[in-house]
Amino acid sequence: MIDKTCDSLGRAVADIHDGATVMIGGFGNAGMPSALIDALIAHGARDLTIVNNNAGNGDTGLAALIAAKRVRKIVCSFPRQSDSWHFDAAFRAGEIELELTPQGNLAERIRAAGAGIGGFFTPTGYGTLLAEGKETRVIDGKHYVFETPIHADFALIKALRGDRWGNLVYRKTARNFGPIMAMAATTTIAQVSEIVALGELDPEAIVTPGIFVQRVVKEAA
Amino acid sequence: MSITSRFTRDQMAARVAQDIPEGAYVNLGIGLPTKVANYLPREKEIFLHSENGLLGMGPAPAPGEEDDDLINAGKQPVTLLTGGAYFHHADSFAMMRGGHLDICVLGAFQVSHTGDLANWHTGAPDAIPAVGGAMDLAIGAKQVFVMMEHQTKTGESKIVERCTYPLTGIGCVSRIYTDLAVLDVTPAGLQVREMAPGLTLADLQAVTAAPLLAPSNA
Repeated sequence: MIDKTCDSLGRAVADIHDGATVMIGGFGNAGMPSALIDALIAHGARDLTIVNNNAGNGDTGLAALIAAKRVRKIVCSFPRQSDSWHFDAAFRAGEIELELTPQGNLAERIRAAGAGIGGFFTPTGYGTLLAEGKETRVIDGKHYVFETPIHADFALIKALRGDRWGNLVYRKTARNFGPIMAMAATTTIAQVSEIVALGELDPEAIVTPGIFVQRVVKEAA
Repeated sequence: MSITSRFTRDQMAARVAQDIPEGAYVNLGIGLPTKVANYLPREKEIFLHSENGLLGMGPAPAPGEEDDDLINAGKQPVTLLTGGAYFHHADSFAMMRGGHLDICVLGAFQVSHTGDLANWHTGAPDAIPAVGGAMDLAIGAKQVFVMMEHQTKTGESKIVERCTYPLTGIGCVSRIYTDLAVLDVTPAGLQVREMAPGLTLADLQAVTAAPLLAPSNA
């Protein structure tokens, strides 16, 4: 019998190694897997490369991971916000490297990794600072920039419900990067509000099929 | 020259709203463009898109009814209209990049007379850059409307021959709404459509750092 559920948040993140690339779902705090991040902070892995849309909000979740000085590099689209003080301080102190990428390119680079695509030409960013040094091409008279996939060792995502095969459904706009990050990581760990019996999730409505998910853990485990 | 009459921010928002037809798929950028939603007529069905994964975005919820999992691109609580949908980020940006959005409305630092847009970064050496979805929206929507003050706080024209701030997109802006005028970016140049009451073309040209074409029906 296959059972991807895990009864401990700590055990769910125990093999995240120093220097790992970790995707973290969420747009701001919607979809942020805060229970998994707290477990990762307690676990102690450092020198991490984090992929997220933002660079932490307030003092919890990703912001707490940055405040704990575990992040060496962040790949994101929108780090600077009114409540990104932990990132701002680390960046200004030269403690954290920033790779800024337009949000749609970030999403597509993640999706490409999960779909086995070796890169793609996108019109987004052509002629801007964020395309400097990148290969360009004219296709049917339009300008494109070559972008590469982003793979990760781990993805930490938040979903509403999951089952023991790793099938997931999400809640409202907390879905955001979850489905594509699940595809792009070697090991995807989903924090869910509820673990349900196999068959309880409507097969027509499953958003992330279990093939993309290795562990499912309840957020209060 | 002193300008005595300007469109208010609400008048600008109402003016943009007039140009959005029923059935349009529309993304309203963060800041001033958000105001446009207040002026979309209720009898018209217009689909608002938010980059973080929803179509059919509704107004802010009543106090106490906020849901942390239902937010807009500015991370403020919103609602979903009946018939609305949620989707993941790659699909959301495919809607932009794939040319499915009809209109996006963006704020700007500068717009050039050929429609170049600068709205993400001042280029100041101590600034932490953040781009979000601005570049994807700029090149993705079928029409890009810019909504901004005509001049900076120190009186410099935000409409320029060539942007001095880092670019968001090249030749992507189709129409500009300011507190002084509505202008179309055309192959021939910047065509004035409307001006604030009492303003002459000479007045407008005097505060605009790019050549203007006279309104065709003036």
